[in-house]
Amino acid sequence: MQLLSLQDVAIERGERRLLSGVHLTVEAGDIWQLVGANGVGKTSLLRALAGLAQLGVSGQIVHKQARLYLGHAPALKKSLSALDNLRCHPASDILASDEMIFSALESLNLAGYEEQPVGSLSAGQQRRVALTRLLLSQAPLWLLDEPFTALDVSGCDWLDTQIRSHVSSGGAVVYTSHQPSRFGSLQQDVDLVRYVC
Amino acid sequence: MFADIPLLSLREAFSRQFRRHLKALMGSPADMANPLLFYSMVVTLFPLGLGPDPERLSAIAPGLLWVVALLSSLMVSSKLFDSDYEDGSLEQLAIAPYPLSILLMGEIAAHWLATGFLLAAVSPLFGIMLGLPAAGLGVLFYSLMLGTICLTLIGAMGSALTVSIRRGGLLMSLLIIPLNVPVLIFGTTAVSEAVIGGNPQTWLTLLSGLAMGSLALVPIAISAALRVSLDN
Repeated sequence: MQLLSLQDVAIERGERRLLSGVHLTVEAGDIWQLVGANGVGKTSLLRALAGLAQLGVSGQIVHKQARLYLGHAPALKKSLSALDNLRCHPASDILASDEMIFSALESLNLAGYEEQPVGSLSAGQQRRVALTRLLLSQAPLWLLDEPFTALDVSGCDWLDTQIRSHVSSGGAVVYTSHQPSRFGSLQQDVDLVRYVC
Repeated sequence: MFADIPLLSLREAFSRQFRRHLKALMGSPADMANPLLFYSMVVTLFPLGLGPDPERLSAIAPGLLWVVALLSSLMVSSKLFDSDYEDGSLEQLAIAPYPLSILLMGEIAAHWLATGFLLAAVSPLFGIMLGLPAAGLGVLFYSLMLGTICLTLIGAMGSALTVSIRRGGLLMSLLIIPLNVPVLIFGTTAVSEAVIGGNPQTWLTLLSGLAMGSLALVPIAISAALRVSLDN
């Protein structure tokens, strides 16, 4: 099943043309890693895939299914607790019950921090709260921008497991990372250097 | 398993966004108190500057109360979407599977309740402080209630247009003050008419027309402006 397809996509940022001629088809069960040097356009491409950029994007991007996008900014209100943030997350597609949120936070070692304002948590913990949304969504396509940043070893392992189980149940993941391939033969790389103008 | 994703109803999506923003506002009471503090400071300082002559004060009270309400609304509305832009919430709103304008209306409604509504609710008190005749107090309340709806929506539009520009404050004031002028004129005239025993209904009707018109149209403009702001 096709979740996303790109036909001859070009991306401009301001006056500069970053990428052109990008073709990509994301099928259920795929893991794609966007690789390339800093500034090559990984985030811009991922934002375009999410549907956030339209002005500088030409070509065809077809979404077949709902998507979940996690960007650099965690989209968490610092004055709200983790619980409130997840209860009322602006893009969440399900009405998560409190039990679901508690058990999701617990699986990320955040038990006991549910009621604390997110602003008082450490950077890694905030990242974990943001990642909790992976468990509270039904979107088949995950678009993750540098998801492994600021995570410790156990956090990376957790994310690893989530991604594997997500694709094995028919989802797909597109992510950017500077780390070498984590998923071995399961994943395919898109080297953006090929599309640089 | 992903065959069909149950979406929230629009009402649930709206109220979820409303609660989120209201809670965030409650978390920083200083931000909420700021416009009220500004309002009370100006109302206290004017008699000190102009002299305590009750007749002179009550003559300028309708205009003064309204101008200060406009300025304090401008002050807070101009930053409405700033924190959402910085923490990435706007991106998430823009790709949420609901109409952006509905979600934003939830946020704006919470903002209005915490600023505009509160301002209108305490305005009779400020009216008394400036010696506004009793006949004008009720109309002051009603006109501000309707007027702050317009002011908040127009301010939100300005904020949406300038949110991605650093130091967009001046540009934003230039953009939206002209749009606020009719609201100011209708509101002030309503209160003045009530004070001299005239007919404030006409002006209140015009104000509510403006409020309903902006409720219907401005959210569409706001969501379009935010999409453009997010695009770079």
